[in-house]
Formats: sequence, C-alpha cells, structure tokens
Amino acid sequence: MKRILVSIKRVVDYNVRIRVKPDGSGVVTDGVKMSVNPFDEIALEEALRIKEKGLAEEVVVVTIGPADCQQQLRTALAMGADRALHVLTDVPIEPPAAARILRKLIDKETPILAILGKQAIDDDASQTGQMLAALWGRPQATFASKVEISGEKATVTREVDAGLETLEVDLPAVITTDLRLNEPRYVKLPDIMKAKKKPLETIDAASLGVTLPPTLKMVKYEAPPVRSRGVMVKNAQELVDALKKKGLL
Amino acid sequence: MSKILIVAEHDGAKLNPATAKCITCAKAIAGAEIVVAVFAANGAAVAAQAAQIAGVSRVLQVDHAANEHALAAMLAPQVVQVAAGFTHVFGPSTTFGKDLMPRVAALLDAPQLSDVMAAESATRFRRPIYAGNAIVTVDVPAGTRIVATVRTASFEAASAGAAAAPVEAVAVSAELPSHTRFVSVSAARSDRPDLQTASRVVSGGRALGSADNFKILYSLADRLGAAVGASRAAVDAGYAANDMQVGQTGKIISPELYLAVGISGAIQHLTGIKDARTIVAINKDAEAPIFEIADIGLVGDLFTIVPEIERLIGAAN
Repeated sequence: MKRILVSIKRVVDYNVRIRVKPDGSGVVTDGVKMSVNPFDEIALEEALRIKEKGLAEEVVVVTIGPADCQQQLRTALAMGADRALHVLTDVPIEPPAAARILRKLIDKETPILAILGKQAIDDDASQTGQMLAALWGRPQATFASKVEISGEKATVTREVDAGLETLEVDLPAVITTDLRLNEPRYVKLPDIMKAKKKPLETIDAASLGVTLPPTLKMVKYEAPPVRSRGVMVKNAQELVDALKKKGLL
Repeated sequence: MSKILIVAEHDGAKLNPATAKCITCAKAIAGAEIVVAVFAANGAAVAAQAAQIAGVSRVLQVDHAANEHALAAMLAPQVVQVAAGFTHVFGPSTTFGKDLMPRVAALLDAPQLSDVMAAESATRFRRPIYAGNAIVTVDVPAGTRIVATVRTASFEAASAGAAAAPVEAVAVSAELPSHTRFVSVSAARSDRPDLQTASRVVSGGRALGSADNFKILYSLADRLGAAVGASRAAVDAGYAANDMQVGQTGKIISPELYLAVGISGAIQHLTGIKDARTIVAINKDAEAPIFEIADIGLVGDLFTIVPEIERLIGAAN
C-alpha cells in the first residue's frame, strides 16, 4: 500500500506567552494550552492532499511522548489521518532518539514518504527529519514550499536563503515542511466524532530497542533580556522627527 | 584539546560571511584548533578566502563534481569522512547548515546543538528555544563529539589574519548517493527587499481590513526601501500572502526598523520581532500589547497616519 508517515509533536500552543520557571529548571507547561506543532499540521495537510489526489492510499500519523499526546493524535485523525501510532514514553526525547524511533516504525510501515514539520516550535531544533533521512539512507527535501509526486519521484521546491531551490528525489524520501507549503484545514465537529472511532495503536517506546535517554544536559533556562516600553508620540510629524533623530530616516 | 571542523558555506566562488561567524564562535573555545573544510566542485578560490581568516590553522579543500550544488545527501558522507578525529563539527545556522548538519550528526551518531548563540567552553553552550523566548544553557558530556549550527546573528565575522593558513587537498573516498538531484535555484522574485534580511520592514495587521488596503503599506515601504510583512491575523484573513507572515510560525526577523501598522501584538507576533533594533507601532487602541515593546508608539487612525508619514518622508527627501 502507498502510505505516508507523518510525525507530529505536542507543543505549547504558539499563542501562549512562554514563561521560564523561577528556579530556571525549565519552561512553565503546567496548565498551559498544548497543540499540534504548527509545522506538523502543515505536514499532515500535505499528506492528506497527496492522498486526495490519489497518489497515496493511507496517511499514518505518529507521535512520541507521554499519554497526554493522544489528544494531538485525535486532532490529527479528525483532520483526516487514517490511523495513529502513539510511541509512549515519559523520557524526554531528543531529535536523534526521535529519528531512531521513526526509523524503526518505517521498517514496519514502509512508507513512500515521511513528512515532518521543519522544526518544532518548542526546542526549535530542526533536526529530526534530516536525521531520519540519514538513518534511512534516503533523500531529504527540507523546508519544502511545493511538493509534486510523479511516479517514483518527487519534485520539491525548498525555501533557502538564496531564494527557491528545486530538487528531484527518488522515493521513498523524507520531506520537511515550511510555512508556505499549504494552509491546514480546519477540523469540523463531525470529523472529531468520526476520529474517535479511528484506530490508535500504542507502542511502548522501550519495546523498539533504541537508545532513548537524552545525551545533552540542560543546565539552566533563562528569560531573554526584556524590551522596555519606549516613548509615545502624538502625530505623524513627531513620529517622523523621532525616526530622524534616531538616524533611521 | 578541542579540534573544531567548520563546514564552509559558499556559492562556488565566494565564501559566505556566515563561515567567518562560525570561526568567531569556535575561537571562544580556549585552545581549540580550527580547521575549515570547503566542499566544492573546484574549491580553490573559496579555500584561499577561508585560509585568510585569523584563527584558522588549516583549510581542507574537498573537490568533487557532486559538490557543484550543496546537497545535504551528497555532502554529509564527505563531511563524516573529513570529521574523523575532530571533537566539534560546526556549520552556520543558515538553510545550508540547517539542512546539512543534522544529517552529518546522525551519520556520526552525535547529538546536535542548533542555533548556538554562545560557546562558554568546549562542553557548555547557550542556545535560544521557544523562538528566543527562553535561553537554555546546555552541557555536552565530556568525550562526546558534538555537531552544532552557529546562530550567525550572535557573532561578528572573524577578520583576516596576518598570514594565510595552509590549504590541503582531500580526496573523497565516501560513496555518494544518486537518489537526490539538483534541478534549479531561483533568486527571490520580488523587487522589494527580502523580508528575512531587509533592514527596514513595514508590517500590517488585521486592522488594515482588506488586501486592497495593504496598498498603503506597499506604497510607504517603497518610499522607505522596506520589505512588507504581515501578522498572522492578516494572513489568516486573506489580506496578505502566507510568506509575508512575521512571527513564531512565520519569519523571525531582526531589521533595523520595524514599523507595525494596525498590529495589536499577539505573543506569537512579538516573538518574531523582538530582535528588531527599533520597533514603531501605530494602532488605534492605546491598550494594544504592541505598545509594551515599541520604542516609538503612535495611537491613531492608520489610514490617515500612514499616508501622512509617506508624504512627510517624501517632502524631506
């Protein structure tokens, strides 16, 4: 079966004001709204569109993390994923471990594509997709803004510093999604009801036989230096004058 | 002792300044030996430029026809070959380095630190997370080889040294894949400055009310030589294209001047602009959160203020 694997991560919602804990041991996540990482939503949307064009038959969504992550898998199922895999672990997972886990799942699922967000908005690492491609020995097309599948190949336009780069890769391949690729669909209430009946399989991370514990040690977390409130001006003339005074005009 | 390999970024002819910034980061590690590797089709010119930078002890020139375009799948096995014996492997946190370095790290079975903003020692680094809303200090266990991308905005470029470092040719023995092919690259198409790198940015929010009304911002931006951005609310409302989005889920930018017009200042937007040198906010709501971080604020109707600013600037020129 032509299958697409999409990995999603549960993260603090992009609209939440991030607060560092007073003791510097981390970022406050208790009682904070959690969501699917926005770039992963784009990854899922792209997989669904490829399936809707008849170029794939099944979209499998996977997440790695504690029990709470099931909420995000249900959201993904409501968006249209066919089934979900929950790799259950309470161990903090670094990108190399995530890539090793996904690599194991690929052995079983044999997808034509693995689509991931280009980065998670919590650790901002931007590593997992590339690491997965390396461990899989397959092509990577990162920061994608356009994906076209044709036969055994994908043509991917990438957002790079120089502009737009186009690559042709043989399938199977890993794609990571940039913001411009698509706009994810909204989930409708009937879809949420339907999603409750879709299959969600839980896999104990320890059963996969990969090294899970983090290598790096987070010593302390700090808030960045704060910007202070500046001056208020009364009209456009004063604004232009203030900019001139700062040498900005 | 630390041995640091820096993967050079270049366009085939010129060394990208991001590489000299990586060298500055590496120099913060006391006693480190710094070696730059240039992977190119013909890297002689780039290698010569890298050899001029103070602090570089050697330059490795790795020529191969497959290196004409910087494809991570092609470069990664070569970087791994060259990285033998190095304790640290650095690349710039540009799209080049972000694409390549994790692939290298996975092949080396090494952890990676992304966006390093400070190297406090050979094993202690600082990096931003949550789009810069928190800074974390990270320790790498002793004896662990580490791969890192260096946040270019955090370092000045290392300057030229007194004498050029030696350049050594290295032959590629690693097997290279054929599954990834370069097709084309097109430069950013707009005749306006690129939003990501522009020194001036004019951004609009939901208060603009329509895509048509964004015209007043384009007009002002053209007068200022500025790029045009938008808040997520304006993008979601269809007033502006998705690639114009500034904020945590859009572009994170650090222009000299950021002019926020009709943007209330949702957290995710503020996250994208907090490294801007000067933030100017125009909003009819005096309580808008954008004013808490703006250097210059003006409460009023944007539809009268924006054209007036344009007129005043025009009169001054």
